Amino acid sequence: MNATAPEIEFEHAEAGVARQGALQRALGSWSVRIGGASLALLVLASLLAPWLATADPTLLDPINRDLLPGARATMTLLSGETVPHVFHMGSDAYGRDIYSRLLHGGRVSLVVGVAVAVLSLCAGMVLGLFAGYLRRLDLILMRLMDGLMAIPGILLAVSLVALWRASLVSVIAALAIPEVPRVVRLVRSLVLSIREEPYVEAAISIGTLTTPLLFRHVLPNTLAPLIVQATYVCGSAILGEAILGFLGMGLPPLVPTWGNMMAEGRLQFNQYPHNVFFPGVFLTITVLAVNLLGDGLRDTLDPRFSRRGWR
Amino acid sequence: MLRYLLQRLLATLPVLLVVAVVVFLLLHLTPGDPAAIIAGDSATDEQIQRIRAGLGLDRPLITQFVIWAGNVLSGDLGESFFFKMTVSELIRQRLEPTLALALCTIFLSVLIAVPLGVVAALRNGGWLDRALMAFATLGFSIPVFVLGYLLMWLFALRLGWLPVQGYRRLSEGLWPFVQHLILPCVTLSVIYSPLIARVTRASVSEALTEDFVRTARAKGLPERRVILRHALPNASVPIVTVIGVGLALLLGGVVVTESVYSIPGLGRLTVEAVLARDFPTIQALILLSSVTYVLLNLLIDLSYLVLDVRIRYR
Repeated sequence: MNATAPEIEFEHAEAGVARQGALQRALGSWSVRIGGASLALLVLASLLAPWLATADPTLLDPINRDLLPGARATMTLLSGETVPHVFHMGSDAYGRDIYSRLLHGGRVSLVVGVAVAVLSLCAGMVLGLFAGYLRRLDLILMRLMDGLMAIPGILLAVSLVALWRASLVSVIAALAIPEVPRVVRLVRSLVLSIREEPYVEAAISIGTLTTPLLFRHVLPNTLAPLIVQATYVCGSAILGEAILGFLGMGLPPLVPTWGNMMAEGRLQFNQYPHNVFFPGVFLTITVLAVNLLGDGLRDTLDPRFSRRGWR
Repeated sequence: MLRYLLQRLLATLPVLLVVAVVVFLLLHLTPGDPAAIIAGDSATDEQIQRIRAGLGLDRPLITQFVIWAGNVLSGDLGESFFFKMTVSELIRQRLEPTLALALCTIFLSVLIAVPLGVVAALRNGGWLDRALMAFATLGFSIPVFVLGYLLMWLFALRLGWLPVQGYRRLSEGLWPFVQHLILPCVTLSVIYSPLIARVTRASVSEALTEDFVRTARAKGLPERRVILRHALPNASVPIVTVIGVGLALLLGGVVVTESVYSIPGLGRLTVEAVLARDFPTIQALILLSSVTYVLLNLLIDLSYLVLDVRIRYR
C-alpha cells in the first residue's frame, strides 16, 4: 500500500493546480466581481454594525416615532439623558432608528444564510456520498428525498417553525431541512459519475476502505459544484428568513431583523412606506449579490452547470 | 406507451407515501400531547378525550398512521378547533382566490415569457438577450413581498389606478374580480416568468441549430412558420417541464402574496393556521399542496407523450 501512496498524492497535487486556475477564472468574471464586492461590503457593514450604528437598535423613543429619513431630533437614552440625533433613514412606529436597525438586521440575515448553507451542505454531502456509493441505501434514501422535495420548501419551513417555536436555532434548522434533498441529489449525481473514474478504481484495487475512499478521493472532486450550490442555498435562506419574519413567524419581534422590520412597517405602509422600503431594498441587494456570485461561479468553475441553462 | 403510463403512475406512490408520513409525523415530533395540540389552547378535557379516542392516539404509532391515512383517503381531513369547522369545509371556502391567482399567474407568465424567450433566442447574444438574462437574475432575487409593496405603492397608493388590497369573488362581477387580481398576478409573474423565459431561450436556441430548421428554411418557409411550426414544438418539453417545476415556487409565493394583498385564500389560511398552531389545518394544507404538485408533475410527464413523438414510440 505504501508503494502506491505517492501516485495518489500526485492526483491531489494536480487537482490543486486545477483549483488555482479555477480561482483565477472566477475572479475574471464580472458577476463574481460585482456580487463578491457587494457581499464583502455587506459583511463588513454587518461586522462593524456596533460601531457604524448611530443608536441602540432596540431603544424605544415614543416621542420620535414615524420620523422621515434625515430628520433631526433629540433622543432620550435609557439613562434619561437627551442627545441630538440624526435619523438617517427615519424612525419606526416605536421611535427606533431605522438605519441602526438595518445594520443589526444584516447580521441576522448573514448568519442565517451562512449557517443554513453550511448545515444543509454538510448533511446533504454525507447523505449524498453514501447514496451514490451504496446502492441499497440509495433506493430508500432517494425515495425519501423525492417525497421531501414534493413539499413546497416554504410550507415545510413554516410548519417546522410552528412546531418548534421560533428561535435562531429553530429558524436555521427549519430553513436548512427543505434544502437538504436538493444537495443530496446533486452530490449523488456527482458521485455516480466520479465512481467510474480510473483513480477511484485504483483506490479500490489497493484496498481502500469505503469511508476513507469517499472522503479522500470522491469528496474533493465534488467541491466546485457544491460551492456553487452553497451560494444559492445561502441566498434562498436569507430570503426565507425574511419571509418568516415578514409573516410574523420568524425570530421574536424584539430582535431587529429585516423581515421583522417589514412586518412592523407594513401596518402603516400607507403613510410611511420607508419603514418597508429600506429593509426591502437591502434584502434585495443582498440576495442579488449572492445570486450574482453564484451565477458567476457556476459559469466559471463548473461547465456542467452552465450547460444546463437553468437551476 | 401504456407501460410508460403505468410506470409513471406507480412512481408517484412512494413519493406520496413519504409526504403522508412526514405530514403525519409533524404532529408527533411536537413536544406534548398530540390530542391537546390538535384541540388547541382553548379546548376542554372532554374534547381532548374525544380526539384521542377518534384518532386512536393511545394505540401504537403505526395503527395511528393507518387510521389517519384511512381518514384522509376517505376525504376526512379532521376538524379545525381554531376555525370551528371541518378542515375540508375550510379549504373549500378558501380555494377560489388561490385558484384564480395561480391560474392567472401561470397564464400571464406563459404569455409574457415564451415570446420573450423566443425573441431572445433569435437574437442570441444581442442586447435584448442580455437584458432578459439580467432581468431573470433580478426576478430571481427580488423578494415577492418587496416587489408586492413596490407595485402597491406605485399603482394603488400613488397613481390610484388599482385597489390597494383585498379580493372580490367572481360572482360579485367580472371587473372588480379582475381589478383586484391584477397587482398580485403581476407580482407573482415577475418572479415566475424569468424562469420560463430562460428555459425557452435555451431550448429554442438549441432547436434552431437542428437540421429540420435548416431544411424548413431551405424550402423557403417564412421565418414565422419555421419558428411556430418547427422550432417551438420541438423545444416544448423543457418549457413545459419548467412550468411544472416552477409550480413549487408559485405555491410558496402564493403564501406571501396573499399576505401582502390581504387575499383570503389558502396561502393566507396557511399563515393564520401556523400563527394559531392549528395543526389539523397545517397538515391538510401541506398534504394538499404536495399532492397538487406531484399530480401536476405527473400530468406534465404525461404531456410529453403528446409533445414528443420520440417518447411515444419508445
